[in-house]
Amino acid sequence: MENSQIVGVEDGMVFYLITVLKIATVFGVIMLTVAYTTLAERRVSAFIQDRLGPNRVGPMGLLQPIADGLKNLFKEETLPATASKVYFLLGPMLAMIPALVTFAVIPFAAPLPTSWGAVPMIIADVPIGVLYILALSSLGVYGVVIAGWASNNKYAFLGALRASAQMISYEVGLGLSLIAVLMLAGNVTLTEIVWKQQQIGLWFAFPLSLGFILFLICAFAETNRLPFDMPEAESELITGFHTEYSAMKFSMFFIAEYAHMLTASALMATLFFGGWDLPGSWDDMFLYDGAYISGFSGDGTPILATLSLWKTLATFLAFATKTGFFLLLYIWIRWTLPRFRYDQVMELGWKIILPIALGYAMIVAGTMLTLYQIGIDYGFVFGLVLTLVSGLCTLGFVFLVDRGGTIGGAASGRKARS
Amino acid sequence: MAIKTTVLTRPKMKETSYLRAALKGMKITLAHMLNPKSVTQQYPEVETRLSPRWRGTHRMEVHADGRPKCVACGLCPTVCPANCIRLVGGEDDQGNRYPVVYEIDEFRCIFCGMCQEVCPVEAIHVGQDFENAEYTRDRFVYDLDRLMNQDHPTSLLWDPTDPKSE
Repeated sequence: MENSQIVGVEDGMVFYLITVLKIATVFGVIMLTVAYTTLAERRVSAFIQDRLGPNRVGPMGLLQPIADGLKNLFKEETLPATASKVYFLLGPMLAMIPALVTFAVIPFAAPLPTSWGAVPMIIADVPIGVLYILALSSLGVYGVVIAGWASNNKYAFLGALRASAQMISYEVGLGLSLIAVLMLAGNVTLTEIVWKQQQIGLWFAFPLSLGFILFLICAFAETNRLPFDMPEAESELITGFHTEYSAMKFSMFFIAEYAHMLTASALMATLFFGGWDLPGSWDDMFLYDGAYISGFSGDGTPILATLSLWKTLATFLAFATKTGFFLLLYIWIRWTLPRFRYDQVMELGWKIILPIALGYAMIVAGTMLTLYQIGIDYGFVFGLVLTLVSGLCTLGFVFLVDRGGTIGGAASGRKARS
Repeated sequence: MAIKTTVLTRPKMKETSYLRAALKGMKITLAHMLNPKSVTQQYPEVETRLSPRWRGTHRMEVHADGRPKCVACGLCPTVCPANCIRLVGGEDDQGNRYPVVYEIDEFRCIFCGMCQEVCPVEAIHVGQDFENAEYTRDRFVYDLDRLMNQDHPTSLLWDPTDPKSE
């Protein structure tokens, strides 16, 4: 769909004003969420470890992120004498920008009715949604690699090397696990993926359960979070690629990491948990032929959807809840699991995720083809059959991974010796 | 001497599974996250409890009339391993010995408590106190007046609930 087909807000000043307003709002909300995710990380980790966490600045420590930001702004910026100056300064920017712009294509609520017409709650409903995200999230690694190389520090360099290898490895698994979603949705636009989930009556996490699990693992690896935080690996590489960074430049890497987390969480919520969709069909809506519709009647005529402020708010809350859950999952897993060894990360990526994602894409494609051939159209039954097939695949995957020593790595005993 | 050998059984699948171990760990951390049993002391607001054996900054006991109990026998500067006590003894017109100068350099002190152990008249004590911050370094040489004016509890050097430290 092109922007010109959006009801009411077609073009001209209103469109630009609303877009600028949306960008400013989304940027502000992202930065605020990132700031408070850092606080949540510290507080939740403290609770997990029977501590209290930062609770001094403001009530319950709620002003801590602001204090941290101010501290980082006023701290001294260091520039290592042997660092490559241009790239050293470029690194944090390259890490931060892709993490932030990715959010532009993620729909975060149902369209908002205004006096100028419906305003879609997405900054840019580009027709290449998922591809745009994949392209930009791969750009994120340039910041890490350039920062690590420009620091002229052996630990930073090792971190950068690891980052590049890991990103490339898991990019493959990420893309392949997405193929099932794209096939089922028949489109790469995120708004349409949400709509398709509303139409099938099931969030894609059910008909594509194994795809979701693989995507989750790859997303953890892509965002450099534990148990895959090879590029940082405090106990091995000091702090990896950002060893030489201080003050606001360090802070930018920090913001980039959490913004990546936020984007990945929002993406998981959108692709596999219906995005802003609430269970039930009262909030179903999609831009079809210049108008928002909630579905098709028996003879194929579209039924117009009713937009309301409450719908927008409720769906935004649903989206925020889902995203928040994944952010919490990120933190929860980080403070539970120990770091993989580097060869284990590579083995998991290439020897387990890649072939399984490839096979799974084939199985989903085969199932869909069979279903279409025997005359079952896209709908709830279609979804149930896929749920069953995916459930079996998931069981098989769990059985395979559950065997001791599957994620053994090249150096581990039994498998390598036999 | 024969070499002892132990035959270890291979760990069972249940024990080597990464997935099950991970889920078990997640369960444990979730339980702690939802129900944190914090052991953190909120120090400035909540006073921390010191052990009765705690050896902190010194305190000089005084008689009822305000004279120090010290008889300037010279045992504490002799026994002090860090050599942080400076004592100059004097004698009043009734023949009682008293300290003319009694200074403890708290920077040099290692808080071993031997001065308290050795004192025959139970005059010098190490105290249950740790809030010693000062703005200048010379404030850390405590003179007699300062030692006599300290009001924190003195160290018992032993735990009354566990006198034999068992």
